[in-house]
Order: sequence, then C-alpha cells, then structure tokens
Amino acid sequence: MATPLIELDAVTRRYDGGPPALDEVSLTVDHGEAVAVLGPSGSGKSTLLNLVAGLDRPTSGTVTVDGTRIDTLGEAASARYRRASVGLVFQFFNLLDDLTVFDNVVLPAQLAGASRAETTRRANDLLGALGIDRHARAYPGRLSGGERQRVAVARALMNRPALLLADEPTGALDTASGADVRRLLTDLYADGQTIVLVTHDRTLAAECATRTVEVVDGRIASDVALATPRAARR
Amino acid sequence: MSALTRVVGSGLHRRWLQTVVITLATAAAVTSGVLGLGLLVASNAPFEHAFAAQHGAHLTVQADPAKVSADQLSATADVPGVEEATGPFRTAQVMVFPGLPPGATAVPEGAHGPVLTVVARTAAGSGIDRLSLTEGRWATEPDEVVMAAGGDFRVPVGDELVMGEGADAREVTVVGLVRSVSATADAWMTAEGLAALDASSRGYEMLYRLDDASSAARIADAREALGAALPEGAVASARSWLTVKHAANDRTSLFVPILLMFGGLSLLLSVLIVGTVVAGAVGSTVRRIGILKALGFTPAEVVRAYVAQALVPAAAGALVGVAAGNLVAVPLLADTEDLYGTVALTIAPWVDVVALVGVLAVVTLTASAAAGRAGRLSSVDALAVGRTPTARRGQRAARVAARLPLPRPVTLGLARPFSAPARTAAMVLAVAFGAAAVTLATGLATSLNRVQVAADHSAADVFVNGVEGGPLGARVVPKRGTEPAIRPKAPDPDRVAAVLESQPGTAHWLGYRETDISVPGLTGESSLVEYTANPGWVGYELVSGRWFSRPGEAVVPTELLRSTDREIGDTLTLTRDGESLALTIVGEVFDPGDNDGLVLTQARSGTTLTDWMVGVTGGTDPTTYADALQQHLDALDLTAHVDGPDGADELVVVIDALAGLLTLMLVTVAGLGILNAVVLDVRDRVHDIGIHKALGMTPRQTLTSVLSSVMSIGLVGGLVGVPAGVVLHGILLPAMARGAGVELPRVVLTVYGPVLLTAFVLGGLLLAVGGALLPAGWAARTRTATALRTE
Repeated sequence: MATPLIELDAVTRRYDGGPPALDEVSLTVDHGEAVAVLGPSGSGKSTLLNLVAGLDRPTSGTVTVDGTRIDTLGEAASARYRRASVGLVFQFFNLLDDLTVFDNVVLPAQLAGASRAETTRRANDLLGALGIDRHARAYPGRLSGGERQRVAVARALMNRPALLLADEPTGALDTASGADVRRLLTDLYADGQTIVLVTHDRTLAAECATRTVEVVDGRIASDVALATPRAARR
Repeated sequence: MSALTRVVGSGLHRRWLQTVVITLATAAAVTSGVLGLGLLVASNAPFEHAFAAQHGAHLTVQADPAKVSADQLSATADVPGVEEATGPFRTAQVMVFPGLPPGATAVPEGAHGPVLTVVARTAAGSGIDRLSLTEGRWATEPDEVVMAAGGDFRVPVGDELVMGEGADAREVTVVGLVRSVSATADAWMTAEGLAALDASSRGYEMLYRLDDASSAARIADAREALGAALPEGAVASARSWLTVKHAANDRTSLFVPILLMFGGLSLLLSVLIVGTVVAGAVGSTVRRIGILKALGFTPAEVVRAYVAQALVPAAAGALVGVAAGNLVAVPLLADTEDLYGTVALTIAPWVDVVALVGVLAVVTLTASAAAGRAGRLSSVDALAVGRTPTARRGQRAARVAARLPLPRPVTLGLARPFSAPARTAAMVLAVAFGAAAVTLATGLATSLNRVQVAADHSAADVFVNGVEGGPLGARVVPKRGTEPAIRPKAPDPDRVAAVLESQPGTAHWLGYRETDISVPGLTGESSLVEYTANPGWVGYELVSGRWFSRPGEAVVPTELLRSTDREIGDTLTLTRDGESLALTIVGEVFDPGDNDGLVLTQARSGTTLTDWMVGVTGGTDPTTYADALQQHLDALDLTAHVDGPDGADELVVVIDALAGLLTLMLVTVAGLGILNAVVLDVRDRVHDIGIHKALGMTPRQTLTSVLSSVMSIGLVGGLVGVPAGVVLHGILLPAMARGAGVELPRVVLTVYGPVLLTAFVLGGLLLAVGGALLPAGWAARTRTATALRTE
C-alpha cells in the first residue's frame, strides 16, 4: 500500500485556550487525489488547510506531508517546506500589487534560488498553459478576478509542488470566473496534481473533487469518495 | 467609561508598539530639547550671566600697604560713584612649585615657578565676588590653599604645592577649586596662611561695584575718584571688569557658536522626529477611523480620540525626557562651565516647561492634522484603505529591481522605498540629520583639538633642561609663559645634540632659547624664541608664509602682525638687552589667545641653548625613553622629563566629551525616527510579508528584505548628510574664527579625509539598519497565518 501524501493524526488546534477549532481530526490524502473540505464558516476547515500548509501548528497531534512531520518544523523549515512541496491559492488571490504578473509568478522560484533561465522558461510555460501570457507585463490590479486567480494558480504551481492547497478559490469570483477556475482545477487534477481545496461551495466540490470531507465544529462529520470529478466526466 | 475613552484605551493597547515608539521618540525629543535649549541659554552671554550670579567686581584695585591703611581703604565704600565695596583683603605675590621631587626636602636651588596672586579670605564669600566652589572645600588651616579652577596653573585637589622661595618655602595642600568670574586671584588662603608665606610683594585688594560701569570711561572716572580719595600712590593697579570680560569672551568666542549650533540642531531634530512619528502613527490608522465614523463618531470626535491617543504616550515620554534631560545636563553643563569659565549653569525650570509644552504642542498639532485629514474622508473611502488594490507607487522601481542580479529578498527590499515616497523622504531626512551631526561634530572636535594642539604647541613628548633634583611634579599642566621655568644652565649644545641623535627612539628634536625682548608697538611681555630647527612638529601651525630657514628670518603670530601693523616680508626691529635686532617676517603662525608678543626665529650658530624638545618615534614610551636618555644627560647636568598622564589638555577633553554626548543624542533621536518609520512600514505591509512567507520566504530572507529596504535610504541619507556636515563645518569654523579674531591654519580647516567621509556615509547606512533592526526582527518572527490575517 502506498504511503499517503498527507496524514493528519489526532490533530487538535485551540486558539488562546478557547474551544478547539479542530478536535482530534485524523485524515489521509493520497497522491493524485482531489479532496474538497466542506463546512460552514468557523467549522475549522481553513485551520485544517493552514496546518497542512505549515502556516500554523497543531496544539496536539501530528501532521505529516510527503513523509515529513511538518508540525515540528520551525519557521524557516516551514518556509522551505512550502517552497518545495506546497502551492497555495487564496480566496482573495494575495497577489502582490506592486509586482507584474510575471514577477508574481516567478517569486516562489526566486525565493528558492532557482536559476533565472529556468524560472523564466517555467513561468512562460505556466502563463501560456493558463491562458494569461498576454498579461505577463500587466499589474494584478488591472486583471479580472478570474484572471487574477489564474495568476495565483500559476504562482502556486511554479515550483512544481506535490500538493496544491486552495482556500475558497472561487469565493471572490463572479459566476463566469468561478466556472473558469473550476475548469482549471479539474484540468490540474486530470494532469495528476494532488489538490486539497477548502470551500463551502458544494458545486465546486462536486465538480472538482474525487472526495469530499465535511468538517463541522472542528470534527470530520463525513468523508465521501466520488468516482471522478463531475467536470472531468463531461 | 465613555466611548471616546474606550477607543483611546483600546487604540493604545492594540498598537502597543506604536505607543512605545511615540513614548520613546517624545522622551528622546524632550531630552534633546531640554539640552538644546539649556545650551542655547548657557551660551547666551555666559560671562555676563556668571558675572551677575557672582555679583562680580566692576573694579579690582591692588593697593600698596606702605601707603594706605585698611581703614582708609574701607572708607572708599563712600566715594561717589561706588555702589558697593568689599575688602580690603590681604594679598601676596607668591612663587609656586608643584610639589617636591621624591626624596627632596626643599625646592631645588635655581628653580623658579610661576608667581601667583594669593588672597586671604575666610570664606568663598558674600558681598562682591561670591566665589563658586567647584570642587573640595574652602581653606580653614594655614597650610591649606584653594586654587582658581580652569586657570593656567592647574593642580588637582589633594595635591601638595610648595609656596614661596628658598628656605622659607612651605608645603601647602590644595583643598578646593573655585571659580572667580572676576578673576580676582589665582589662589586663596586663610590670613594666617598668607602671613606665613615668603612673598615677593604684599598688598591689599579692594573690590568695587560701581553705580555706572557700562563703559571704560565711566570706570576710569570711578578709578580716578578712588585714587583721589586715597593717599598719593596708594593704588598700585586697578583692573576693570571690561578687561576681564574681553579676555573671557575671547576665550569662549570659539565655542559659543558650536554649542549654539548643537542646541539648535537638537531642537530642530526633536520637532522633526516627533512630528513624523505622530503623523505616521495616526496616518496609519485610517481604516480604523473609517470604522469609528461608520459607528457614528463625528470628525471632531475622531480628532479628539487620536490626539488623545498620541498625547497619552507623548506626555509620559515628555516627563521621562524632562527627567533624562536634566540628568544628562549635569555633566554637559559642567563641561560647558569649564569651557566658558562660568559658574552654576543649570537647566532653568522654564526650559523644562518650554520643552515639555513645545513638544506636546507639536504632538497635538501633527496628530490633529493627520486625524483631521483622515476624519474628513468618507467612511467608505476610509474603510477601503488597505482592502482594495490601489494605484501603487513604485511599480517601475519594483520591475527594475526584479531584474537586478541580486537575491530576490534584497531586490524586493530595494524597491520598497519607492512605494512610500513621503515616508522615505522623512527617513532620508532623519538619517541625513544624524550623518550631518556626526560629520559636523567630529569635524569640529577634530578642528578644535588641532586648535588646542596648535595653540599649546604641546606635541613634544620629552623635555630636556637644566634643573637639579629631577622634574618638578608631572601632574601640573603648564602653559607657555607660566610653566615652572628652569633657570638656564649652559651645556654644550653639540654634546646634547649628539646624545639626542644617538638615543634610540628619537624621531625629532630641537633646541631653543627664550629671551625677553621689547617690540615697538607692543606693551607687556614679549619674547624671542630661537630654535635650532623649524618647530612645526611641536604643534605650531602656519597660517600663511613659510618657516624661517636661516637666522634673520622670523615667524610671528597674527596678533603681533596686527598690533605692529606689519605684513609678511616686512622687517621687525626688536630690542634685547639694549641691542637692536632686525628680523624679516617670513611667516604667520597660529597662536590664539596669547596677548604677549612672540617672535620665533632660527638660532644663530653658537647660540646658548637652554631647552630641548624631543618627539619620540611611534611605539616608543616617552617615560622609558626619558629614563634611558637621563643616563646620558647626567654627565651634562641636564634633566629629561615627560608631561604626566594628566598632560592632556583639559579643554580638549571637555570639547570631545561635549561633542560626543551631543552627537550621541542626535544619532539616538535620528535612530528612533528610523525605527518608527520602519515600524509603520512593516505594519503597512505585514499582509504582503505574510504572502511572501506563504510563498516560502524564510525568516532570514524576511529580515534581509526589510533591512534592504532601508539600506538605500541610509546610503542616500549619508550621501546627503555627510556633504551637508562638511559644508556646515566649512562655513561655521571660519565664522567662529572671525568672531574670535583669529586666522585658522589650513590643518585646522581641512579635517576630512576620504576614508573618514566614506566611514560617515557608511555610518548613515548603519544608522538606518540599526533603526530598522527591531521591526525587521518582528517581521521575521511574525507567524505567516497571523500576517495573512492582518489588514
């Protein structure tokens, strides 16, 4: 049996001694899976994503990604882990407004110290593949929401991460842009990218995920496997 | 608790770092404001204020006891024009030696020291000339003496002196130092002590304050009236306070502009820093102001809330600053007293009040302006700040920086200053101020040091002359003209030269002879110093012309040229022992504050030399050298001695201490300005920092990025500030010299070298990085999730 890519074991996260945002959660995600974490606001799904991304540490329990215990990593090691293994896509894009699209996309590779030639080639490939190459010299403020999210996805994929984490990737988009991003995520899954997306949008989950995990009050309420993402079936 | 109080309280608590920075910046600003204002006050007519504080004597009269009685002198208090009189005091002219050599029981035969005016007084005094005890206590026993502080003959409290000549000389202990602004004596003793001294002459001293002492003519009238009221020839001499004032002002005129400038800079920087800190702190909370307005706060209430939010830490900082300013002022003003020769300089209460109220007024004004501007924004606009993408400044700089062949965290930082130009300008200004202050202070201190070295001509390490029994007390710092001069012997100059040449460690040496002369057009003592070689290395600096190169050529001070109306190239005819000497003036030497005539010339072959000065090579210990030299000098009946460890000029130490303290203060205030600006900047872009971290930026890369963002600011600030400091030095120093009536030699004016200037520019960079270190560390440590949540 293959080792799972993500393994959460009895993970609890409390903030300032309050009730647990996550309570004894155990979860595994295999390579190549597309998992949608569902739940209402405040259920703990973003906390779960932050723990997997190494942005936060559990109060108890262990988080292992690709064989590495990330709950014990320091800030610098967490940063290196994210560089190497994780691509992050946020609800509000989190693009840097003073950098061009191209400079936003290449930033993770530059922080990792990749060569300029390799970085440029990879960024151009990604921008072309995502259909935003004509915006390479533009600033994010001039793009539509969907285009900005595509830039964010390109940036997240820059270092060829094993895992793509998306937090409400369509939450700030209009209907057309949302559909655009859904298609993009489905295509990535089809190319073998492991994806964990956090959303309260059941349509997104149904279209893009092979499995849905519902979190309620910090606990996993359901874990349902889907055969193939609906969008991919069409 | 009202809503306003809650808003102020929560604002102070939530933005605690900003609160701390405002407190610190205000404390530093008030400290520097108190010191700056204190210095401005102290530098305003220092002699006049000290004279008033001591109830100084308008006229100091020395009377001959053979011709007038004490009662007759006391009666002069009623002479018309005399407002008040004190005295008579017994006085004596006494020769003083700085202690006996080890093992000696008497002053060596043939030695002679300076003659001091010693006055018998029972206490520091009431009435006229209320002496200020600066150290120790008043003399109560016959074998105790109190010396004038800051005089030419400087002896520490606790040391012993030998007073009087020959067999009647007595050892006395220095028990105190006093400052007499009226300069009524060099030393004070009890009446019994004075009576027991062997004195060359004795007399009475009467001190007068006059109804009108505003001009030399009025004082001359009073002197005439006093002379008329006393027996013929009773007044041996009389000195006007205007003469003393003129001498004091001559001495302080070099220093007053420096301290005025430091005081002014301190005040200016305080206002600048507090203004930018408060404006930045309030300006960075626009979104919170939007929320308050949305909740129903009126613009006026917003202004009140934010003024209060700035005033609470500012008031706390201001109180700390007043206390700190007064504490730091103690050593600062003590140094200033030494420099000005004045007394009892303190920070007046009104200075504290003005600094406190002034800084709080600046805080109120800047906070009102910034909060008022934010308060006038519509709630929607205010709320939108920081949430919606704005037309960002500095995009071009970011694009260019991204192409630089440097690590990405560095290029991200380098582009940062262009996205907040106003803040960047304030930071550049703060660094420039700091760099200019350091450059100027260092330059002035170096110049003044060189002035002192040039004025004292004290660069020689070892002195050789003919005294029996060894050197007379190494701790006394003699001045030219008052040194414990040695009655000359006549050793063979060729043999001395051979000894000095052959002694390992000799770098330079010269022999000389000083003789009394009279110069037409000059009153008072004049002397001719004949050197075997050019004495430039001793510390003499030429203002113009050249050194003498053969007998018959002379170099003279500026004052002598002016007094005798001569120029370089002219002939100066002087008289020595009735013999006329004609010398051609070939150079003008820097010798400020010495009113005596001084003529330097080349010694003729066969001149009977009496003294030699030696400069030792680097790494040679002068004392060891002198000991080794002495073994060869014994046969020549000469003694080698060294200036003691306290030989460093007191004034130079004071200047260095003052400049150092003031510079440190200015740099601290500038550093706080940087700290605040970077705190605001990091707070502004904490979300961006979170994004960087989420994308894999390590804490070290974050630190590098933030520090890189201030490096260019530091460099530009240094590049602006250092030339400004150099230019200010170039303007200020000649102006000071003109005020003091001296021409400065080139060596005093050109103090900056390329290495020093580069170091100062890099200092600007260091200042910026130092100020940014704390917020950069904070940015590096901030958890990614926390940063991403922060708006």
